[in-house]
Amino acid sequence: MNAPAQSLWQTAWRQLRRNRLAMICLGIIVFYAAIALFAEGTYWYHRLAEKPAPYKQVDFENRFAAPSARHPLGTDSLGRDVLLQVIQGTRIAFEVGIITSIIAIPIAIILGAMAGYFGKRVDDLIVWLYTVFDSIPGLLFILAVALVVGKGLLGVCLGIGLTTWVGLCRLIRGEYIKHRDRQYVLAARALGVGDAAIIFRHILPNILHLVIISFSLRFPGAILTEVVLSYLGVGVQGEPSWGILISDAKLRLWQGHWYELGGATAAMFFIVLAFNLFGDALRDALDPKLRTAEAKTA
Amino acid sequence: MLAYIIRRLLYVIPVVFGVALVTFILFNVVGWNSAALMLGKNATAGEIAALQEKLGLAGPLHQQFFFYLKQIVTLDFGRSFATNQKISTLILDGVIPSLTLTVPIFVIDLVVAIGIALVAAYKRNTLLDRSIVVLAVVGMSVSSLVYILAGQYILAYRLGWFPIWGFESAKYLLLPVIIGVVSGLGSGVRFYRTVMLDEMYQDYVRTAFAKGNGEATVLFRHVLKNAMIPIITSVVLSIPFLYTGSLLLENFFGIPGLGYLSVEAINSADFPVIKAVVFVGSVMYVFASVLTDICYALVDPRIKLR
Repeated sequence: MNAPAQSLWQTAWRQLRRNRLAMICLGIIVFYAAIALFAEGTYWYHRLAEKPAPYKQVDFENRFAAPSARHPLGTDSLGRDVLLQVIQGTRIAFEVGIITSIIAIPIAIILGAMAGYFGKRVDDLIVWLYTVFDSIPGLLFILAVALVVGKGLLGVCLGIGLTTWVGLCRLIRGEYIKHRDRQYVLAARALGVGDAAIIFRHILPNILHLVIISFSLRFPGAILTEVVLSYLGVGVQGEPSWGILISDAKLRLWQGHWYELGGATAAMFFIVLAFNLFGDALRDALDPKLRTAEAKTA
Repeated sequence: MLAYIIRRLLYVIPVVFGVALVTFILFNVVGWNSAALMLGKNATAGEIAALQEKLGLAGPLHQQFFFYLKQIVTLDFGRSFATNQKISTLILDGVIPSLTLTVPIFVIDLVVAIGIALVAAYKRNTLLDRSIVVLAVVGMSVSSLVYILAGQYILAYRLGWFPIWGFESAKYLLLPVIIGVVSGLGSGVRFYRTVMLDEMYQDYVRTAFAKGNGEATVLFRHVLKNAMIPIITSVVLSIPFLYTGSLLLENFFGIPGLGYLSVEAINSADFPVIKAVVFVGSVMYVFASVLTDICYALVDPRIKLR
């Protein structure tokens, strides 16, 4: 009567696979990731070969062209192909989503783990630090960081990354407080395992699912924020991000040229929707008890 | 109880100090050359030094920090670089237009979102509930920029139902308020529905049903009351953001509030204004969170007064 033991991940994956909506969303995410990789390839190829990239090819004869076989989404004010720019926008969206996570998640894990595990003074200090960060209005804080560091991709990523670790940090601190007196931790300590090893090798794997859920929920937020930052002019410079396409489209909309706005909006909508729905399904599969809805960034 | 309130109020001091420290590090240490950025490429070294002196960016760091603390205590953040107006006046002038926009959005959003969430919780796991959830997530996935652009273009420009731009009478606020409500509705509905459903599976709800109460009675008398705690949190904590206004809405519709001020300051690299708005906004938030904690302790006897 012994069923083979299943790890948390296996159970979660089985539950996810049965959820058709989640699998469709995963498919959309993989599809976008492939496009982002492809765009990354064309970007670096043309940059290293010092050739003008096709999405920057100016064609004055064909300004504001309507969608056609040659330009499926039409062209912009300089006759550049909108579809190619939307594809490059996917690259920037993924870069922002991934780089901000690489900045924010380690900060959240290290600070949250130290606060929860060591308690006392360390805890007081870290709780104070995240209370301070939490108090500063989000979008203004991001804008200020991006402005001080310098406009561009780096500024955007640092701005979003350095200001959005608080929620996850608080969550991880709570988990470490729960885990630090569990028997397996006491046993490890009795065997002489060091604090760092207990924190990272023994406890961390038990709460890693929170990190993964948080990643899938913060990704769409980062994309939406990047769009607002680019619109406000502190975003990526000289490359077509979705925010820049939408911001450029603002002026042309009044003349009836909606292709840039439509293309960028649709591209952004499906990936954000897919991440939101997949993140929910992932949360239900990995941690049914965790039901705190995260607030939208922008 | 009084001791708890005093302790909670005392904790404001280190947090406000921390906010001052973080903004100081951001604007004075990381942004040490902001004077040069503000003056542009053709500034001479003398001009830059003079501006640094004026902004409190000159001298050793502890001296600069002292200068900043003095600004905070006297509530005098100097003058705007772009317009040479006093920053404290600019902020005070911006508060009212911001509030006339954000307060209606906030109140309508709250009532509509809780209403829809109650319906969803009442009809939970039916087609209606699932449609509401899907629509909420769809609504969350559209950029707020798109709501504004589409609303302004279709409703104001094409159909001519609303004025496009300006801040002259209540009529001018109608469209921005509608757009603000619609763009915030998705996340609101989803949040409140989760809160209500969390309560639905509590023991007291089962007891209430077992006593023979109807679905509606349980929902309104029991669940809504207990769901008030997370609702109060989210409400009180969003109050300070009412004051910073909506960056995008104010910018698109020409409402001269703090959001408009911030966007202008960003466009003209007016660092002193941004610094002041960030700091004042944070202090508002700190006080709102103290207020939340005190409300909690008053409303919910289960909360331990540590």
